[in-house]
Amino acid sequence: MRAFSQLLDALVYTRSRNGKLALIAAYLRATPDPDRGWALAALTGNLDLKAVKSSAISEMIRARVDPVLYEMSRDYVGDLAETVALLWPPPPGEPPDLDDGTLTLATVVDRLHATSRAAAPDALAQMMDHLDASGRFALLKLATGGLRVGISARLAKTGFAQAFGLDVDDVEQVWHALSPPYTELFDWAEGRSARPDPAGTPFFRPFMLAHPLEADSVDLTDYAAEWKWDGIRIQIVGTGSDTRLYSRAGDDISASFPEIAAAFTGHAVLDGELLVRGEFQGGEAASFNALQQRLGRKLVSAKMQADYPAFVRLYDLLLEGEEDLRALSWTDRRARLEAYMPNLDTTRFDLSAIIDAADFDALADIRAGTRDAAIEGVMLKRRDSRYVAGRKAALWYKWKRDPLTADCVMMYAQRGHGKRSSFYSDYTFGCWTTDGELHPVGKAYSGFTDEELKWLDRFVRQNTVARFGPVREVEKTLVLEVAFDSIHDSKRHKSGLAMRFPRIARIRRDKPAAEADTVAGLKKLVS
Amino acid sequence: MAHWIEPHPTGIYVRPADAWIDPSVPRERALVTHGHADHARGGHGHVWATRETLAIMALRYGTASGTPVGYGEEIRLGGVTIRYVPAGHVLGSAQIVLTHAGERVVVTGDYKRRPDPTCLPFEPVPCDIFVTEATFGLPVFRHPDTGSEIDRLLAARHANPDRSVLVGAYALGKAQRVICELRARGHHDPIYLHGAMERMCNLYVELGVEMGDLRPATGIAAKDMRGSIVVAPPSALNDRWSRRLPDPITAMASGWMRVRQRARQKNVELPLILSDHADWDELTDTIREVAPTETWITHGREEALLHWCMTHQIRARALALVGRDDEEEEG
Repeated sequence: MRAFSQLLDALVYTRSRNGKLALIAAYLRATPDPDRGWALAALTGNLDLKAVKSSAISEMIRARVDPVLYEMSRDYVGDLAETVALLWPPPPGEPPDLDDGTLTLATVVDRLHATSRAAAPDALAQMMDHLDASGRFALLKLATGGLRVGISARLAKTGFAQAFGLDVDDVEQVWHALSPPYTELFDWAEGRSARPDPAGTPFFRPFMLAHPLEADSVDLTDYAAEWKWDGIRIQIVGTGSDTRLYSRAGDDISASFPEIAAAFTGHAVLDGELLVRGEFQGGEAASFNALQQRLGRKLVSAKMQADYPAFVRLYDLLLEGEEDLRALSWTDRRARLEAYMPNLDTTRFDLSAIIDAADFDALADIRAGTRDAAIEGVMLKRRDSRYVAGRKAALWYKWKRDPLTADCVMMYAQRGHGKRSSFYSDYTFGCWTTDGELHPVGKAYSGFTDEELKWLDRFVRQNTVARFGPVREVEKTLVLEVAFDSIHDSKRHKSGLAMRFPRIARIRRDKPAAEADTVAGLKKLVS
Repeated sequence: MAHWIEPHPTGIYVRPADAWIDPSVPRERALVTHGHADHARGGHGHVWATRETLAIMALRYGTASGTPVGYGEEIRLGGVTIRYVPAGHVLGSAQIVLTHAGERVVVTGDYKRRPDPTCLPFEPVPCDIFVTEATFGLPVFRHPDTGSEIDRLLAARHANPDRSVLVGAYALGKAQRVICELRARGHHDPIYLHGAMERMCNLYVELGVEMGDLRPATGIAAKDMRGSIVVAPPSALNDRWSRRLPDPITAMASGWMRVRQRARQKNVELPLILSDHADWDELTDTIREVAPTETWITHGREEALLHWCMTHQIRARALALVGRDDEEEEG
């Protein structure tokens, strides 16, 4: 258990992705089966234990520690599991904070599996006596089902792949054929057995991605044009008996969009864009802003589903039944997709339309004329392209709408994270109101070069007027030209506006702050 | 009881001696427990403190006028017998033991009970009134064994030969203790210091604390700092200063590191739970040991300790001293 609890601690304190991967890889290499398999299950969210309620945990501690001291401690620490882990009194005659090594992660999981919900607190208490504070924290997090260490399932799988020199997409393919503690997976990774056969399981297939269009034009006899929808790219994998939804990173997001998973019962693999229908858009696709309400939620209430109904606009068909279509041309796959559409529930699925343009200039006109909030730009797909993983030159292009820009005034700056923790690299900027006040309109932390960052950092330090913890308020003198993909109404900000993907396009040292843009001017750009 | 001693927001007043203990504003006569800024301030008329504390105050404030009091030595001021007893907190730290009218009062200043190679260990003195600190006065604070924390620091260094380990430690006491503990665990390579540490480390050496090969961290190429241990004040951890180091692992030596969110707020990668203050068990064990008739709690999380005293039939009160709770970096 100590190795696992130390891993969790280290993951909490390590901010860089590579650092986290290295920690996971080192743990998986060094830890024996079946402990490492259970750890991998816990990290990927595949450890299914009957959750002990937090009320049962607080009862456990109240029976052992003065309840007043417990309440004061809880107020100070915040997190229940951490408070209890720190407060847990050592067994009589034992030194405090000693992991005596008698509990392996596998023993812990077995005992939690075996006990009834009523008996769980006693079983838990018994195990707590054998662990140190980190071990108790890990145990309580496992038992309450809330293991949050800031890593995604995909990251854990990438750590696994890195540990044994495998390709993460290959790991992804066999993943769903296996279950915790994944002994066959480790046997394969360490060369003791053949690759597990994923046939019949809903596994993720790597997405085909696009390059930004840099050429001035392409020939539309070679390329088909399609809208680029501003939602999240999604893959629907159905085996007939099970359906999974995967994000672009390969994370299983079925639980966040249960209505989509439930609406698909077919045996196929589809590629599309997940969008929500905006009431105010007459049932049409709403902006990314609306979709954000649904993202990152583990549990989705019925109200959420009703207020932000999700649907998928389909781009491609990768497999139909057991037939792999990825080697076919885009034109052939498109025909198969169109023929497949009648199988689908029309409230949850529709077809991404092909843009009908006589030539590239006509397409450019159509692209320039669109004001739809859900459109990010145009996709250009080579008609004879096979569906291949990743970004391959000259096959697919994305031709985003030109970004909007605004001249804003820097108001606040905040320290960055990781390598940037010594730099003021996150900037809040504002525009003028009619009363001559600056109201914040956005925050950006990219778009500048390393040299510009050094300059901006120095500007912040030399022009600080107030400090609020990690944030500095600066003299309102520096104009930043901010580029953004779109701008929306927002109740969260004082200005009533929220930008999508804002970044610093230029530092306008030449421009007086008084000449920066106005909030009223920005409102005219709202889509 | 003990009507001759009065707690005030600006310090503890010893009436018959007309002297203040650790006053936070300039006073004519001051009895100072140790050199940390929230206990020792400049500008007093006359100071009584240990030789080491006076030297630290001279370095920090340039104050010269003071009477050194040796550990165990007795002085008399206005009918009060005063004795300085080791508190185990930092070099020169003392509890002040006052006897008058048949009553004994012990003012601990800050203290801890576990061994510290840079100072003499805490000596419990039975008394009528025990005036204690409560910086870590919550039962979640239980400091682990010092050796195991130092081993984690050495393990991180060993596992990352291309990086340096930057240890945030308070410039007076914690920094020197970390260095001495590293030496005691067999680390004899040069240890590099932030400029703000150098004068205090030099003073420690003058006062007889051996710390081995110490070097300034400035003026050395980043590549030559790989695998090194660097000690800096906590404020330098995430500041421009640290950019000179090769991808440093930021460590922080403090009792606050016991709580995850506290460590994360400080952007710390390697939290080391290493404190110069008594943890919860040390606080409660010490009160039991000196068995006072009454316990006064000066600063920290006093509510919890007050509650503990009440539930253990120990008379206790919390003193609201000003300016004593803004010292988080010192934990």
